[in-house]
Amino acid sequence: MKVLVPVKRVIDYNVKVRVKADQSGVDMANVKMSMNPFDEIAVEEAVRLKEQGKAKEVVVLSIGPGQATETIRTALAMGADRGILVKTDQTVEPLAVAKIIKAVVESEKPDFVITGKQAIDDDANQVGQMLAALLDWPQATFAHALELGDGNAKVTREIDGGLQVVDVKLPAVMTTDLRLNQPRYASLPNIMKAKKKPIDEKSPADLGVDITPRLKVLKVSEPPKRGGGVKVASASELLDRLKADGVL
Amino acid sequence: MASLVIAEHDNAALKDATHKTVSAAAQISTPVHVLVAGENCAAIAEAAAKIAGVEKVLLADAAIYARQLAEPMQALILSLADGYDAILAPATTTGKNILPRVAAKLDVPQISEILKVVSPDTFERPIYAGNAIETLQAPAGKKVITVRTTAFKAAGPGGSAAIEKIASAADPGLSKFVGETLSKSERPELTSAKIVISGGRGLGSAENFKLLDSIADRLHAAVGASRAAVDAGYVANDYQVGQTGKAVAPELYIAVGISGAIQHLAGMKDSKVIVAINKDEEAPIFQVADYGLVGDLFKILPELDEELGKRGYK
Repeated sequence: MKVLVPVKRVIDYNVKVRVKADQSGVDMANVKMSMNPFDEIAVEEAVRLKEQGKAKEVVVLSIGPGQATETIRTALAMGADRGILVKTDQTVEPLAVAKIIKAVVESEKPDFVITGKQAIDDDANQVGQMLAALLDWPQATFAHALELGDGNAKVTREIDGGLQVVDVKLPAVMTTDLRLNQPRYASLPNIMKAKKKPIDEKSPADLGVDITPRLKVLKVSEPPKRGGGVKVASASELLDRLKADGVL
Repeated sequence: MASLVIAEHDNAALKDATHKTVSAAAQISTPVHVLVAGENCAAIAEAAAKIAGVEKVLLADAAIYARQLAEPMQALILSLADGYDAILAPATTTGKNILPRVAAKLDVPQISEILKVVSPDTFERPIYAGNAIETLQAPAGKKVITVRTTAFKAAGPGGSAAIEKIASAADPGLSKFVGETLSKSERPELTSAKIVISGGRGLGSAENFKLLDSIADRLHAAVGASRAAVDAGYVANDYQVGQTGKAVAPELYIAVGISGAIQHLAGMKDSKVIVAINKDEEAPIFQVADYGLVGDLFKILPELDEELGKRGYK
């Protein structure tokens, strides 16, 4: 079977983002960019399926500027077979991302799409579900464990109350949660090999998808700051303070 | 026209997240209707009918909705969508699972985890783990929205809505529920507790994590955890507070042995009062804490427990 893994290039999770003074967005200048951590988990899971002989080919897709090629190369170095870059410098909202992936699914015909449950930049948590709906496929979001069967996938999901197991028919979309696996670091030889793997480039227009944003961002502002606190010397003093504040 | 709120429940009890979502919906489009989809859930519909500001409760009681799986829920909500200009769900794992499917099928963008309704078409939502707040204006047409429940007050009691039974939509038959493992606890729910005590990697083991239990019991607090503590296997995933876990905003949040990664702060920095207990004076958690206790948590926790006992917290 073939697995398609959509991945996003985002500001690295260790970077403390700063809002621009003119409130037009966050400062992206000279900021370290990386693969969205949830998407790394998705790549790892797909590569493991290949190593277990359950998947024949792992195709990685990214939508973004030319530099998203680096994100695809990272996935190829982890073990994916080839990449597709849908190149655009515009902001692509989740619904348009889902439409682009749908167009790629229609030409690539994967049996399984695995992607991160959310990107850590816009924190939207939408693309996997939207893609599944557009394709009329089932979904297994927030995956904690995967058991791939013949024509089905049994997925343990992280839900608010604990864990839930669902069984979905393939083809399906799965989105990853944190504890599905621990992504590997690419070895140097694999990084070298990845440079020779093919990356196909397309545009949203090639796929017939209109990516004009529907939402208008009026501003991006700093969250309210918390006032500086005080250090207390003992448990007893702490409780006195909390009592005085009326929270105990 | 009207708003439709998707009720959060487990067929046994209506969750407070519903009441909070009703508050958000009332600021966007009235009247507010609530959809209760489940199995043997007539009592849930009766509870939803008592929420102030709810005009009508739609009850879809059928086996296919027992677990509110995304695919049949999508079909059900779409069958009702014509009558509404806003469809809302709480940003719980159930709401997040279902609602983007509805938005995609309606060909409208979804606005996730709103913190504030600025006007009926303009909303604030967190991005970058809450390190920035985006103000978005939605286009004309239907709005599909999930609600960060900690940011809205629960709508009170006093309603007397009509309950209308509705037919099931066709079951797409793409997925089935196999089973679940739910954490059992006598304590309040993490997302609605007045006091939360959370532990991090500093606790060192699942055994040590239990040091929080006695204090939590004395304070009637919920117990949470950082991602590090969950990854290390000290507690189950449903304890996780943070960017990708649960968002909490209690009156009092006590962080024990948690360094304060931005991803954790994202889930708790809207708490009214924050207490941090950590041996590392430089830990980032102290930058958001109102009160900090620097020291060995294995000494401080027993002291705190004893002191609470002395003061009559049982």
